[in-house]
Amino acid sequence: MIKSAQHFLNRHVKTRAALLLSLPLGWMIVIYLGALFALFLTSIWKIDTFTSDVIREFTLENFTDVFTDRAYFNVSIRTLMVAISVTLICAVIAIPMAFYMARIAKPSNRPILVALVLTPLWASYLVKVYAWRTMFYPESGFLQWLISPVGGKSPGFGMVAVIIGLTYLWLPYMVLPIYAGMEKLPNSVVDASADLGAKPGRTFREVVMPITWPTIIAGSVFTFSLSMGDYITVQILGGTFQMLGNVVYQNFSLNLPFAAAVSLIPVIIMMIYLAGIRKTGALDNL
Amino acid sequence: MRVTNLRKLAALVAAGTLVLVGCSSSEESGSGAYEGPLQDTPGTINVLAWPGYAEDGTNDPNVDWVTPFEEATGCTVNVKTYGTSDEAVQLMQGGGYDVISASGDASLRLIYGGDLQPVNLDLIPNYADIFDNLKDRPWNTVDGKNYGVPHGRGANVLQYTMGKVNPEPTSWSVVWEPNSPAKGKVTAYDSAIYIADAAVYLMATKPELGITDPYALDQDQFDAAMALLEQQKPLIAEYWSDYTKYIGAVQSGSITVGTSWQVIANVLNGEKATVGAVKPQEGATGWSDTWMISSKTEAIDCAYKWLNHIITPSVNAQAAEYFGEAPANSKACALTANPDHCSLYHAEETDYWSNVYYWKTPTEDCLDGRTDVKCVPYSEWVKAWSSFRNK
Repeated sequence: MIKSAQHFLNRHVKTRAALLLSLPLGWMIVIYLGALFALFLTSIWKIDTFTSDVIREFTLENFTDVFTDRAYFNVSIRTLMVAISVTLICAVIAIPMAFYMARIAKPSNRPILVALVLTPLWASYLVKVYAWRTMFYPESGFLQWLISPVGGKSPGFGMVAVIIGLTYLWLPYMVLPIYAGMEKLPNSVVDASADLGAKPGRTFREVVMPITWPTIIAGSVFTFSLSMGDYITVQILGGTFQMLGNVVYQNFSLNLPFAAAVSLIPVIIMMIYLAGIRKTGALDNL
Repeated sequence: MRVTNLRKLAALVAAGTLVLVGCSSSEESGSGAYEGPLQDTPGTINVLAWPGYAEDGTNDPNVDWVTPFEEATGCTVNVKTYGTSDEAVQLMQGGGYDVISASGDASLRLIYGGDLQPVNLDLIPNYADIFDNLKDRPWNTVDGKNYGVPHGRGANVLQYTMGKVNPEPTSWSVVWEPNSPAKGKVTAYDSAIYIADAAVYLMATKPELGITDPYALDQDQFDAAMALLEQQKPLIAEYWSDYTKYIGAVQSGSITVGTSWQVIANVLNGEKATVGAVKPQEGATGWSDTWMISSKTEAIDCAYKWLNHIITPSVNAQAAEYFGEAPANSKACALTANPDHCSLYHAEETDYWSNVYYWKTPTEDCLDGRTDVKCVPYSEWVKAWSSFRNK
């Protein structure tokens, strides 16, 4: 029985390929594209305004609501600003960190350094965010205690707190791909640059950076997309500040179609982002 | 051959659907309440409740009024809790629940949605002991039909940190006016229903708007309430909906004044009195919860027995004390573990509640009886709130 099946598959290459691909493709189509399609479908339905029941009738009202109300344009821009800031700060911190880990630290120490970067990921997301919350308390928080002697003032809850909190949360996702990229960098290339007279700074700028650039972009996909969708950190650290995820969260139980329409904004932004970086080859580094 | 078979099948399915449709519509068009008498048939009821309303001992082995009910009646009870009225409405619409503890801002939506059935109060002997000012109210009675039994109530109080807010506030002005001494440390409830709190303040400060019911706002009155919320925004440190987070913020000093629940003040005053909680002179919003029965229940006898059990004086006392609110049964006050519970929560006072405006769902037809204008329905409240919070 098994043998004859083997024979059959050996002779029919296309059937074999189809069988092999069916599982990942099925996953992709049903779970991922299916969910996106359901989201889109929901966004063009109406609701009964009193009972909040979804009525399956076509309407574009949800989209007009999203695009004509200035508030949702503003919140989209704010969300984008936060995601970009978090990504940039993560990159600025992660590049030297990864460079040190991959090129300067003793090879025997590298696994320990990687483990140290990974450790925060083992702690619960909520624990970490609540820890930041206690640090940001405007009067009694750790930051206030730290800054007040030099005349500063804790930023308190708000956009700054959210950016710092998210940067802390997503930093490992930026460090690890860059580290992997820099570690793969052959010594001979760096040595050749030095032999040809380049100072370390120039070698870093003109040899290391261009080669590891795709890995930085790969890390940015994580930090950017995770920041775009976050709403829990925003609830805990944001004070009165809100992002797109909060709009979805506030509306999904009472007006599911509207929430679906809002949630398409980050999907579209992510698609544009991914399309833009496809050329850099970063997606091969994910 | 094949085709005919398929056709037969299709016809069968269609006939089945017809039968189903016929059944459900005949159930709904019934003359209303169950006539009884209650049968001793065992059954299973799925209970949808606010946290703390239907405790079965899983949170605290000493807090259990579900198991005694199961033992006495032979009915099995499954409890599912929810966090907001909106969530409750969504779950109830999904079906599968037999009874629900609904606040006034959920009950009307469910009644008009056909999700609840009128109850026959003759089958619930404990109803007689319910405080009179909770009976036959707009959030539990529609067109003269009662849709449930009251469970408990509370007012959204003005809470302030003692020593931080001077003088001690007796008016909501401290959370609304730009010259508030607590600027930057004010909190507000993070839900569209909070617009009614603005309306309560406007009732006292801008009588020319003519608001008589904070849940019946025409467009002008609604716009005034939203403008007041805009005015409040610079004062706000955080909006709250998670009460544990709120407690932390008060303890850290980042919030000193704002709308609150008595139970939050009690937790904060657990070790030593640090906050005060008053119902300001303008009155306040509040909640009044009702146990109701699903229109689709298959365990009607058990559901009725549950409604009677949950407002038994001893059970109502336990539940109200566990949650921190005023019980609905007048005889419960004698049975609370803390003898002062009812006075602490003003359960027996009538005057205290006269300017407490219980949560209701705003509808286009004004709830205050005006017919010359249209009121802003709750769906618009939600849209306005979402837009306001993200501006």
